[in-house]
Amino acid sequence: MAVATAENIKTLHDTVLAKLKEKFADDVISSEIDYDFPVFVVKRENIQNILKFLKEDPELNFHFLTTLCGLHYPDNKGKEFGVMYQLHNMPKNFRIRLKAFIPGNDLEISSVTSLWATANWMERQEYDFFGIIFKGHPNLKRILNMDDITFFPMRKEFPLEDPTRDDKDDTMFGR
Amino acid sequence: MSDIITPRTKLQMSHSPAGVEGPGFFATSLEKVVGMARKNSIWPLPFATSCCGIEFMATMASTYDLGRFGAERLSFSPRQADLLMVMGTIAKKMGPVLKQVYTQMAEPRWVLAMGACASSGGIFDTYSVLQGIDRIIPVDVYIPGCPPRPEQVLDGILQIQKLVESESLRRRDSPEYKALLAKYGIE
Repeated sequence: MAVATAENIKTLHDTVLAKLKEKFADDVISSEIDYDFPVFVVKRENIQNILKFLKEDPELNFHFLTTLCGLHYPDNKGKEFGVMYQLHNMPKNFRIRLKAFIPGNDLEISSVTSLWATANWMERQEYDFFGIIFKGHPNLKRILNMDDITFFPMRKEFPLEDPTRDDKDDTMFGR
Repeated sequence: MSDIITPRTKLQMSHSPAGVEGPGFFATSLEKVVGMARKNSIWPLPFATSCCGIEFMATMASTYDLGRFGAERLSFSPRQADLLMVMGTIAKKMGPVLKQVYTQMAEPRWVLAMGACASSGGIFDTYSVLQGIDRIIPVDVYIPGCPPRPEQVLDGILQIQKLVESESLRRRDSPEYKALLAKYGIE
């Protein structure tokens, strides 16, 4: 599948879904095609095994972790946080996305640094910005922000503006 | 620059200080001579982190040529620099680095904040950006603009030159200066 036509993406989605259902029937929650991307929502408990399977299965061969990022939906009760993984099979140009949601009172998910060394800094970044704890990460500490900040700035409850400014008059800014 | 400069204006880059002049001699105070020498041989340390640094490159290049003002020799070591030119956004994580560079400079030293970001954080009113370098080090001259044109940078340098020329030679001994540094927690 060199060309990403709608038909090819549907085939990819169905193939991956069938394989995941066969192997991890209890862990697959839902799936959809988001524009040109097959997206699979899975349970967080088994995320490491699912990714390992997708990486090592000879047919799927998702050997490359393109990116990984944190999610925060404060209104989704019981699954406020999440992690998104984007995988790539370069020889066949297959690309898929996985999402695993996490409850806000138990921010833990397995680290995938054992599968991809490149996940090391990405997971540190998501810890830095969202406070998600990646279990099994070798060096989970802040990577971009100051070490001494006491909050996770990408969470929705924190305003974007610098909290230390006192020269901003709200009447002047129309807020 | 306050005066309008046309191509026909005759510019005298350096004026002799006030003093007593006669045939074959000129007398003035040592302070004025040293001030004049310092003013016309500033060694700037460019601390350029973003687009203002690009404008500074234009300022140094042939069209504007900062060398005309005696500031031709950039110092990339803070030890030998007279003027710290902070040009660009300073992230909070960069703050301690900037402060260390400043403390490594020998007296007398001056600081020029170029552009909106260095002066006030600029458009980056966000948790990760320092809202003006004067939160961590004292600043002598601010240049507004986003980014400022090279003419404005030259004007800023001229303002610095005025300070360099007219300030007491041992500014660092004055109680005001000591109090200022103490406010920033700098020895």
